[in-house]
Amino acid sequence: MIDWLLAPFRYSFMQTGLIAATLVGITCAVLGTYVVLRRMAFIGDALAHTVLPGLVVAYLGGWSLFGGAIIAGLLTALGIGWVSRRGTVREDTAIGVLFTAMFALGILLMSKVRSFRDLSHILFGNILGVRPEDLIQISLISAGVLGTLWLLHKELELTSYDPTYAEVIGLKADRMRMLLLILLALTVVTCIQVVGVILTSALLVTPAAAAALLTTRLPRMMFIAAMIAVGSALVGLYASYYADVASGAAIVLTCTTCFGIAWGFNALRTRQSRV
Amino acid sequence: MITIAYSGRGFTPAQAHAPALALEGLTVMYPGASRPALREVSLSVPTGRRVALVGANGSGKSTLLKAVAGLLYPQAGSIRIYGRPVGACHHRVAYLPQRGEIDWDFPVTVERMVLAGRYVHLGWLRSPNQSDQQRVLQVLEQLGLADLAQRQISQLSGGQQQRALLARALVQDADLLLLDEPLSAVDAASRAIIAAVLERLGQQGKTALVATHHLDRLEEEFDHIFGLEQGALTQVQNLHASLEVA
Repeated sequence: MIDWLLAPFRYSFMQTGLIAATLVGITCAVLGTYVVLRRMAFIGDALAHTVLPGLVVAYLGGWSLFGGAIIAGLLTALGIGWVSRRGTVREDTAIGVLFTAMFALGILLMSKVRSFRDLSHILFGNILGVRPEDLIQISLISAGVLGTLWLLHKELELTSYDPTYAEVIGLKADRMRMLLLILLALTVVTCIQVVGVILTSALLVTPAAAAALLTTRLPRMMFIAAMIAVGSALVGLYASYYADVASGAAIVLTCTTCFGIAWGFNALRTRQSRV
Repeated sequence: MITIAYSGRGFTPAQAHAPALALEGLTVMYPGASRPALREVSLSVPTGRRVALVGANGSGKSTLLKAVAGLLYPQAGSIRIYGRPVGACHHRVAYLPQRGEIDWDFPVTVERMVLAGRYVHLGWLRSPNQSDQQRVLQVLEQLGLADLAQRQISQLSGGQQQRALLARALVQDADLLLLDEPLSAVDAASRAIIAAVLERLGQQGKTALVATHHLDRLEEEFDHIFGLEQGALTQVQNLHASLEVA
């Protein structure tokens, strides 16, 4: 059994994949807790899709894919923040328009690439394809995002449940929201390497949503979400190694299973408290 | 310990002999509205008074409190708090919003929510210390919430939620408290506790401006009443002490 568990990690690409999945899982889960509690799941999904043209342009130009995705993600985050601040168009409508347009642009650009398969890992992710240099970028972004969340925890928490009071004490709630969008854009870019553009929002939303069903304490919620994400990433890696299935899809489906268990547990607990 | 204030402005001393609040020709209009929510309101509230703002729904009570709290920008007129403009010193003004403005399902305990009243003193990057925690426990005790400190805020009744919001305003140790409907949907016990707190505030030289629908016992609980109707000041009633009203 131990041999079965350790065998995949004799290969350096599996070790790199494991470290990347752990870092991305923890970052997504902790940030995802705010995404779920602030009802920003749609924005998370939109951001994941809108980095596609940035990735394709960078690929076509022979530049860093990471850089292209970060620029596209940050531009979208700032655009969404700006539109919602002006309030002339409803935020969800603006996101819907922007997100589909950017994704369509990405697909259009992809169709110009000679081989569509070259970019399929962007759409579906490839945890086993993470290179050591990618790992450095993922580590830096994860450390930056988690460090910011830790340093600004009390401000992010307060603006999440009572933005009016925050404004009264001089803490600008819309700036905190903008910061959260920027952190979200950075996290999404790291996440794309693990589960791809299409499944990124699942890693942001599902572990946090499952944790929200199990506890009413924010730090505990972040911890449980991180455990679910890391556990799912591990299962995904094993599934990919032993069953030769797509790692991103296996990770997401494991997260969904955890959500199902949490939902069932919550329903049982609610029924017992009523009796 | 260095404090990096959220607004970039730290503690600013009050102007000598200035009233707690002075409004002059205050006019506030919401974006897209056809008429102002407040029309040329002028009043002056000396330090240490409990003032009730009364009026029907939409009369401008909440708008007045929000303008003083810096949440709305006036189209005309001026607001002076202890002689300083709005936002000059966030430490000095505490605001109790209506309950509907808060996400009560958020996973935060009563103690943690009340602790947020200390944040204006801490600013960026500083965490609450033991004396902040002590202050919170002291106020929770005072408001009869000590046993509920570890409950998630959604698990409180309406009256308990109002008391928790009042506790947060109290731990801020502000000089001017703006309370928007603190008596709405509260039981008799909560009302008695809130009234006792208001009385103690007056004795401590703090000023409270309270928007309320509850017209009974106004004489017992307040020093003065301002009536608002369609955004204009229509009634000025002096109950216990002399007030200047422009």
